[in-house]
Amino acid sequence: MTESLNTDILNPVEPFLRSDRMPSIWCPGCGIGTTVNSFARALIESKIDLQSLALVSGIGCTGRVAGYVKLDSFHTTHGRAIPFATGLKLANPKLNVVVYSGDGDLSAIGGNHLIHAARRNIDLKVICVNNLIYAMTGGQTAPTTPDHSTTSTNPYGVFEPSFNLPHLVEAAGAVYVARWTTFHVRQLSRSISEAFQKKGFSFIEVISPCPTLYQRRNKMGDGLDAMKFYKEKSKVRNGAPTSEVGLTMTGEIVVGKFVDRDRPDYQTMMRAQYADTLGAKFVEQQEMVCG
Amino acid sequence: MAKGRVSIVVERCKACGFCVEFCPTHVLALSSAFNSKGYHPPHVVHPEKCSGCDLCGMYCPDFAICATKVTPTGGGDK
Amino acid sequence: MKADLQRADAQKADHKPALQKADPRGVLTGVHFMDGDHACCEGALAAGSRFAAGYPITPSTEIVERFASRAPTVGGTFIQMEDELAASITLQGAVWGGAKAFTVTSGPGFSLMMEHIGYAAMTETPCVFVDVQRGGPSTGLPTLPAQADMMQARWGSHGDYEIIALCPNSPQECFDLTIKAFNLAEEFRVPVMFMMDEVVGHMTEKVVIPPADQIEVVPRRHTHKPVADYLPYGTNGDLVPEMAHAGDGYKFHVTGLTHDERGYPNMTPQVQNKLVRRLQDKILNAVDRITLVEEEQLDGADVVVVSYGITSRVAQRAIEVARQQGLRVGKLRLITAWPFPEKKIRELATHVKAFVVPELNLGQMVREVERAVAGQAKTFAVSHAGGGVHNPVDILKVIVEAAR
Repeated sequence: MTESLNTDILNPVEPFLRSDRMPSIWCPGCGIGTTVNSFARALIESKIDLQSLALVSGIGCTGRVAGYVKLDSFHTTHGRAIPFATGLKLANPKLNVVVYSGDGDLSAIGGNHLIHAARRNIDLKVICVNNLIYAMTGGQTAPTTPDHSTTSTNPYGVFEPSFNLPHLVEAAGAVYVARWTTFHVRQLSRSISEAFQKKGFSFIEVISPCPTLYQRRNKMGDGLDAMKFYKEKSKVRNGAPTSEVGLTMTGEIVVGKFVDRDRPDYQTMMRAQYADTLGAKFVEQQEMVCG
Repeated sequence: MAKGRVSIVVERCKACGFCVEFCPTHVLALSSAFNSKGYHPPHVVHPEKCSGCDLCGMYCPDFAICATKVTPTGGGDK
Repeated sequence: MKADLQRADAQKADHKPALQKADPRGVLTGVHFMDGDHACCEGALAAGSRFAAGYPITPSTEIVERFASRAPTVGGTFIQMEDELAASITLQGAVWGGAKAFTVTSGPGFSLMMEHIGYAAMTETPCVFVDVQRGGPSTGLPTLPAQADMMQARWGSHGDYEIIALCPNSPQECFDLTIKAFNLAEEFRVPVMFMMDEVVGHMTEKVVIPPADQIEVVPRRHTHKPVADYLPYGTNGDLVPEMAHAGDGYKFHVTGLTHDERGYPNMTPQVQNKLVRRLQDKILNAVDRITLVEEEQLDGADVVVVSYGITSRVAQRAIEVARQQGLRVGKLRLITAWPFPEKKIRELATHVKAFVVPELNLGQMVREVERAVAGQAKTFAVSHAGGGVHNPVDILKVIVEAAR
């Protein structure tokens, strides 16, 4: 007979957590923690060296992931996780750098940095948890909030078109683009593992419930209702053209791996260019550790 | 003989219901007990049906539950 | 990493950092004829900086253009980011990846960087921000000088924090003091503002770059504690925590939220009080060690001229003429403008008649002088809206009036 309270079983995610900071501040039914499970399993599966893994986040509910994972983690400013991560990666190319942040942080205030990093094909693995709203600050409209949704800054309903993030980052140059929901725990984990195998800018969007704000304000139930909604409305279409995967409030959610291509990453191109033009005068960047 | 065993960290649970819903063999239900924050954590109602698939653990946003396959000696796999 | 540990062991007991010799690969030893911008870049390289993130803005661009050219020949990296916001945080990522890093800008870009200057102060990220000041506000005078960002350098970001600011007045100082800026940044784990101005940046003069073994640099305060004992924001008496880099195995957390010694967010008034006061004390308790001023004939002076940057060279002319006319004029040049050398001014105020403060602005550092003087003497501003340098005659007039 099984018993609750057994603690001799080690949850695979536990070694990745700052257990001294549990329970988390995330709301009941929030999906961010679920994405962390998939992330942890991807790390285990890919046998990533945790010592050379750095995680960078921005501001928002998803930004708090940095504080809960037992890694070299950086909780930076709103929208600027990607440039911080770029500096980290350039100074120490041996690092595996993950950017873990929310839809508002990455596509609104951080939008410029998102497209430039994709254009440059900086070797970053970006996990964008998209809860369709600015949750931490109380439920304001985000560039990803679907048409007609109610938010605190669009109390009469959103009337702006929302971003189709996979389309945006593909156009900007990302080499790996996928979208899953928090219902797709295993597929998400697999995508993250695949991203770790690639050099270049990888972007994985995860649709996640915000029960306290998005769900509640739009009378869509709680986190569990959202998960059931994702299960019902999701359609796996690997390789679908990203122009066709835009989201609406109640429509189909196209998920899958949309883009998986190869092109040289920023540092490879940089070294090649310098070697080509400077020849013997080019001095490869050594380990930056100063002092 | 159950193929799997569940472990629950009661104090972390926020009673979101994901584990109850997504367990493929309906091993769990929310209990009437509550933790110090007032949430009703799940409890095992059909232990014999647990396969140790750990979908509960994968879904739990609060890292409050996991399951493991039981080895023939009866201990849990780490 | 091993080299780090050896050097860290060499730290003196009073927690002053052990100095190293500069890496000769970055030192362009020789006698040069170069402008301040170029000299600043060479100073950064001599200090051991191998990373810069920048965005073009007149009159600072030459600094990063030179760095872009020099970096790949000395094992460094330059990246031009998409805006100053990105540049000002990219350099901090590089610092946590192990590099000595800096960025370069002027007024409008400086304004954009303010949030991240605060982030550097809060997370105690050692780095250098170069502001080659130009006429403002807003787009202002892109190619003409001013010194109107001085208060902004101190107060530009939100919240309570301290920074260090240096003001070179020649291309030679652009070289020497850039090294000083990096050294102060590393010693105190603080962002340092390098406040040049367009004239100093674009004037060409003799710059002597000594051999590397004559240049002292402060290494990164890297911890050598075992992982289990290391507290990212714990201090041992000197108020400056030891640092670790991503990839060293410490698995530490850095956040801009109010945090405790573990680096974990801890948003309570008690932790806020402890943290923010330590950030302040870290600098203010060491003000004597940080302060650099140039003094001349202060003993027995009736009037003291307080100036910095290019204005100090113009003021020199006015001072000389005033002395020729028989006035007893002392000179106090601020090489470090922040933290402000209050004690020095306060002490002078007890025996001088007046202070004269010429600046290329409508009155910024003069307010600090006035504050420190606290009414014990008179304070005269010689303001200038920017776009050129003072006519020495205008400064002389005020010196004469002040001496009356």
